[in-house]
Amino acid sequence: MALAETTRETPLGVGEAQRGGEFGRWVSRHALILLLGVFMMIFPAIANDFFLRQIAGWTMILGMIALSLMFLGGYGGMVSLAQMTVAGVAGYMIAVLGVSSLPKVSFFWPWWVAAPLAIVIAVAFGTLAGALSARTEGIYTIMITLALATSFFYLALQNWPIFNGFNGFTTIPAPHFFGVKWGDPVPLYYMILFFAALSYVVVLYVSRSPFGLALQGVRDNPRRMEAIGYNVTAHRIAAYAFAAVIAAIGGILLVWQNNQISPFSVDVAVVINLLVIAVVGGLGHPIGPFIGAFIYVMLRTFALDALVAVGLDGRRFQTLIGLGFLVIVLFSPDGVVGLWRRWVTRVGATNGRSGR
Amino acid sequence: MSSIAERMAAAGTGNAIELRGVSRMFGALRALTDITLSVRPGERRAVLGSNGAGKTTLLNCVTGDFPPTSGTVRFFGEDVTLLPPHERIRRGLRRTYQISLLFPRLTVRDNVYLACRGVSRSRFSLIRARASDPIMQSVADLISLVHLEDVTDRLVGELAHGQQRQLEIALALAGAPRFILFDEPAAGLSPNERRDLVAILTALPAHIGYIIIEHDMDVALRVVESVTMMHNGRIFKEGSPQEIEADPEVQQLYLGGGHG
Repeated sequence: MALAETTRETPLGVGEAQRGGEFGRWVSRHALILLLGVFMMIFPAIANDFFLRQIAGWTMILGMIALSLMFLGGYGGMVSLAQMTVAGVAGYMIAVLGVSSLPKVSFFWPWWVAAPLAIVIAVAFGTLAGALSARTEGIYTIMITLALATSFFYLALQNWPIFNGFNGFTTIPAPHFFGVKWGDPVPLYYMILFFAALSYVVVLYVSRSPFGLALQGVRDNPRRMEAIGYNVTAHRIAAYAFAAVIAAIGGILLVWQNNQISPFSVDVAVVINLLVIAVVGGLGHPIGPFIGAFIYVMLRTFALDALVAVGLDGRRFQTLIGLGFLVIVLFSPDGVVGLWRRWVTRVGATNGRSGR
Repeated sequence: MSSIAERMAAAGTGNAIELRGVSRMFGALRALTDITLSVRPGERRAVLGSNGAGKTTLLNCVTGDFPPTSGTVRFFGEDVTLLPPHERIRRGLRRTYQISLLFPRLTVRDNVYLACRGVSRSRFSLIRARASDPIMQSVADLISLVHLEDVTDRLVGELAHGQQRQLEIALALAGAPRFILFDEPAAGLSPNERRDLVAILTALPAHIGYIIIEHDMDVALRVVESVTMMHNGRIFKEGSPQEIEADPEVQQLYLGGGHG
């Protein structure tokens, strides 16, 4: 794995290991993320249902959908605002094809038919979004994908036969199989953890695969990519398809967690929030979106109480989120991941000096 | 350098590059006017001319970076006028750029790896390459060919200018090139690096032909056997390096014009 070893793919790593075998080095380089993994595994033992669902579950789901944005933006240089909408399409399809409180609208197919179909439809939508925007760059990509996101919001809002308009769908159950009620807090938590960890590892792995490297080549210099034999447009569209799979799974988990979906799950404010999450966390590494999602969820959950505690109007919590966004982007354009990398580099340099 | 006949035999018959009546407009500006040019397989040719003569535009028409406004481009007999650049590259055409067009946020190794992968299969593979993959050996060979072994794992954006120029060459040599277009490969190189460049060019396998645009006559005339002179978007003289050097019109227009 010569290629893999050339990377700085571990912003959470603790620097190079000194001694020990291959495995020891690997553990040492990934120490922080492994610790985080262990912590997440035992989290249900120490946390109540509120923390499992409203903090951890929500963080991981938003992180997955933002990861889809990070994959396109960070590796491909394509900032797509359609990723929340891809998740929304998958979520809506689960409600339409599967079970909900609306027997006249929903098909009531079992989850093992509805979920794969929802993913396929959402990926088709995400790929179409890619096909429409792959020939554009920068601000134009943002505009086209924002237009798609807005269109879908209004479609869902105004279409009653399929999307049940303003009301959307409620009482959508999480599935029940292997004798486990996956809607219960702890099973749901582990299901979300499984898919979040899986998508994180897969994105990290794919970033060093021919496909992922080529995507970074397209980001750095699309013209040169053509001149060494790559079909840049095809590569971009394929990246949208790949990213859509992650967003679609995130969208289904979101619906299984909340048991409802409405046009306001995919409105422009949510779309922008997702961009904020990805940028604040950092587009430089797949852990970034999860960090961003955690900051967002914490602010969203506790900012109100914090504001009231210091005698301010609790409804100003959005201002607090906005200010936090401003501060992070001002001081670190590459988000928390960028801050962390600079800190590790500085500490590493200091240690290197004192060691001699 | 082996003889032309030998190289022609190695590369088969027909022309490697054939342009017929190629013109290129940029708005109202006529950058190329009715260019007709044939280069045999294995032939090594310099395209000379003052700034703005249309040399780089000519290369862009051949690669498809900026396709011609009119006329046809053939590559080893096949009409490639309407093909996108990547399709021409997959047929064995390569090029370098006058101003380095590299991947600054990737390492030297990854840059060369992308070039090798671009003309092989599994460009879309999600599986990482193993160290034992033959492609990794090609990558290492190309890196050592252009003397960049010491900076293999450095980000290309951090390299010195000369090193980036060397990397430009390595990217163009990846895969199995049949014909290469070099756009001022010696620009900004030190005398030592120029010697290396001449050595690399003359050591290329006999079947690989190229067109080189170069302002440094010492480099250009040493590595080619034929020369095409351009002026104001037209070809106005073709011949051997000796004929071109001796031509009074050329001396007045180009060599005497302060560009030599």
